[in-house]
Amino acid sequence: MPTLPSEPARGRAPYDLAVVGAGPAGLAAAVTAAELGLRVALLDAGPRVGGQYYRHPAPELGAARPDRLHHGWAVFARLRDRLRAQPRIDHLAGHHVWAAERGEPWRLHATLGPDAGDRVTVEAGAVLLATGAYERQLPFPGWTLPGVVTAGGAQAMLKAGLVLPGRRIVVAGSGPLLLAAASSLVSAGAAVPAVVEAGSYLGYARGVAALAANPAKLVEGAQHGTVLLRHGVRLRRSSAVIEAHGTDRVTAVTVARLDADWRPVPGTERRIGCDAVAIGHGLVPQIELATELGAATRTVPDGTVALAVDGEQRTSLPGLWAAGETCGVGGADLALAEGVLAAYAVAGRPAPRGALVRRRRRRAFAELMAAAHAPGVGWTDWLTPETDVCRCEEVPAGRIREAVEELGAGDARTVKLLTRAGMGWCQGRMCGAAVACLAGGPTDRPDSRPLSCPVPLAQLAEPPA
Amino acid sequence: MVIGAGVVGAACAYYASRAGLRVAVVDRGPVAGGTTGAGEGNLLVSDKEPGPELDLALLSTRLWRELAGSLGEAVEYEPKGGLVVAAAPAGLDALREFAAGQRKAGVEAVEVGPDGLPELEPHLAPGLAGGFLYPQDAQVQPALAAAHLLRASGADRYLGETVRGLLTGPDGAVAGVVTDRRELSAPAVVNAAGTWGGAVARLAGVELPVMPRRGFVLVTEPLPRIVRHKVYAADYVADVASGSADLQSSAVVEGTPAGPVLIGASRERVGFDRRLDPVVLHRLAAQAAALFPVLRQVAVQRAYRGFRPYLPDHLPAIGADPRVPGLVHACGHEGAGIGLAPATGLLIAEQLTGARPSLDLTPFRADRFPPSAPDAGLE
Repeated sequence: MPTLPSEPARGRAPYDLAVVGAGPAGLAAAVTAAELGLRVALLDAGPRVGGQYYRHPAPELGAARPDRLHHGWAVFARLRDRLRAQPRIDHLAGHHVWAAERGEPWRLHATLGPDAGDRVTVEAGAVLLATGAYERQLPFPGWTLPGVVTAGGAQAMLKAGLVLPGRRIVVAGSGPLLLAAASSLVSAGAAVPAVVEAGSYLGYARGVAALAANPAKLVEGAQHGTVLLRHGVRLRRSSAVIEAHGTDRVTAVTVARLDADWRPVPGTERRIGCDAVAIGHGLVPQIELATELGAATRTVPDGTVALAVDGEQRTSLPGLWAAGETCGVGGADLALAEGVLAAYAVAGRPAPRGALVRRRRRRAFAELMAAAHAPGVGWTDWLTPETDVCRCEEVPAGRIREAVEELGAGDARTVKLLTRAGMGWCQGRMCGAAVACLAGGPTDRPDSRPLSCPVPLAQLAEPPA
Repeated sequence: MVIGAGVVGAACAYYASRAGLRVAVVDRGPVAGGTTGAGEGNLLVSDKEPGPELDLALLSTRLWRELAGSLGEAVEYEPKGGLVVAAAPAGLDALREFAAGQRKAGVEAVEVGPDGLPELEPHLAPGLAGGFLYPQDAQVQPALAAAHLLRASGADRYLGETVRGLLTGPDGAVAGVVTDRRELSAPAVVNAAGTWGGAVARLAGVELPVMPRRGFVLVTEPLPRIVRHKVYAADYVADVASGSADLQSSAVVEGTPAGPVLIGASRERVGFDRRLDPVVLHRLAAQAAALFPVLRQVAVQRAYRGFRPYLPDHLPAIGADPRVPGLVHACGHEGAGIGLAPATGLLIAEQLTGARPSLDLTPFRADRFPPSAPDAGLE
């Protein structure tokens, strides 16, 4: 596998396939496609393959046992070995793709760094989007205090830097990531006084068949459960952190019970001391490279928007495939299966049966989980008018409500125009879900981001290759 | 009854209600959901040649100044002035001639020699031939402008309701609208549907050839105030006046109170194609960097696009449609709708109440175009 950290891809013949994202889906797709004879470019923003899921320490940190931080490390290790052995894949590390351009061939525009020359255009006959997902956040009073981190961020700190966000960490929000995060944190030596899950998990009972078809998922859940039990960690269901306390740093949280719509039940509040909070409400598919081109989407039961794909992982745009979390968040096993299936489809080969079966079962399970962890409409009750919803631009909930109730904003875009919520550095990735709820308009539309990430102006000023 | 909650519709509602009329505004989306929300908020006289549009712009300039008294801060009104620069002496000569004509029409234009430019804009590229300062040019944040004008109008709002048809009286006159939720009667219906104004006209059985002219704007990361005026190169005026469907671009660079620098403005007729075009981004970025080399060091944080309502002679349609009693047009302002909105609203209100018009409406008549099949733009 030639690694080309900075060599521009100009003047080369187009690749057969460009894979964007080197997490589970992208890795599996790139390796499989190359083994089926395709010339593949594997573009990823990170310095090492693995994505968020297989994030691991830089070799300089000298981690003795990175596998201890991971489920499925052996699967990753095998994929990495196949990638290293594969001459038909160019791993383009550090490539932030900011736009995709349809055509024959497709063109991917990427930035490598701050200088004018750090612009690369990669051409390929087909593109597979395996750009994964980012975390969904629902704000609450005090969530901007130091010590409050995202659940995925806490895991990333641990996986990549071997550091903990605190010593006594409340894990809160909703979704299976919470159990995984809590389990990693206690295993690494942190105290976790509570895992606070807003969902009731009762939704799972409606999907017995999907559960029974996914014994591995049950085992995984049970493993997290066993770890948490051994460390005396309590899971509080139908509850939420409704406020974080502290002046320079979080020192405690208030946890309250929630009704079925996620409204805090008065009188149920209790205070839990901590020096960190890891919070997350599941993941949002990162799909703007495709939606900016008009690719069809679907609304997942958890309220997020994912790319619509057919049985061969094809999007509605000819030449554009998608796999993994971009098609609806479902975890690494599903991503691996979809990556393999997409590779076979791009190569024009019949799909392997095993991957088809795994995809069907895991996707059914994912939809069940999504429904169980969909935010209830009452969560906005725990906001005060002063709670910052957009932390980049410091827009409080009160201003957003004013824009909706008095100024005629009816959707997230108009709220953004009238308040600047979502106009800051993260371009609404942090507050988008919350703003859409407060705006009261449709929440099933993808955010518009013509540029997928910031691009140095000097690079745009260069003529396109 | 105003169709359209963009800045023009909001201004019509504001001035009509100030003239004593009861007003309702209907829009299929939220306030500023169309081209208004995709605009930069230019209130320009500098780019307009003497004629009806400049008269409209000068009237608007006065009205915006009045409005700024009550809404100025809320709509981020900034009378910062425009600076048009020329790279070469020939360009400066052309600017000088252009400005001479504008001055006769009432525009303030001050020539700035090459040595005066750094004082006005310290970060401007060295070696420019000179330019003209237009103190009357100003800026507002367009979505806020529409929202606050609409709120101040006190009009009834029917947002998120699509107009499906028009009510007509026994004499064939327009008598209200039919939305997907209700019927609303009114003796006058104002078509302030912007780029979609042609479709509203068609509901009344008449043709108005409004077409979309796409524009992209680049937005940088927040910066300290490095650009003080609206700064653009002399080519911009030619681009605005061009009727070509091909891409025209000349960077208009300006700072905003919130920090980001806005870089407009490309113009091309490609229907409602929303796709990002790397060639357009390249041209805008290269032209902005040529004006302000310091911008090469900054990151472009996002880009957005809008579809200007374009009429073939670049003039809006304002006033009663002679072909259909009860139908009044206030659309087709192309890229100047934010600037021209107050004058448009005032003229519509004057006409509806039978007051003496501040400007002659003849050049803006909706029936001035020869009948033909519009080639694009009706969605």
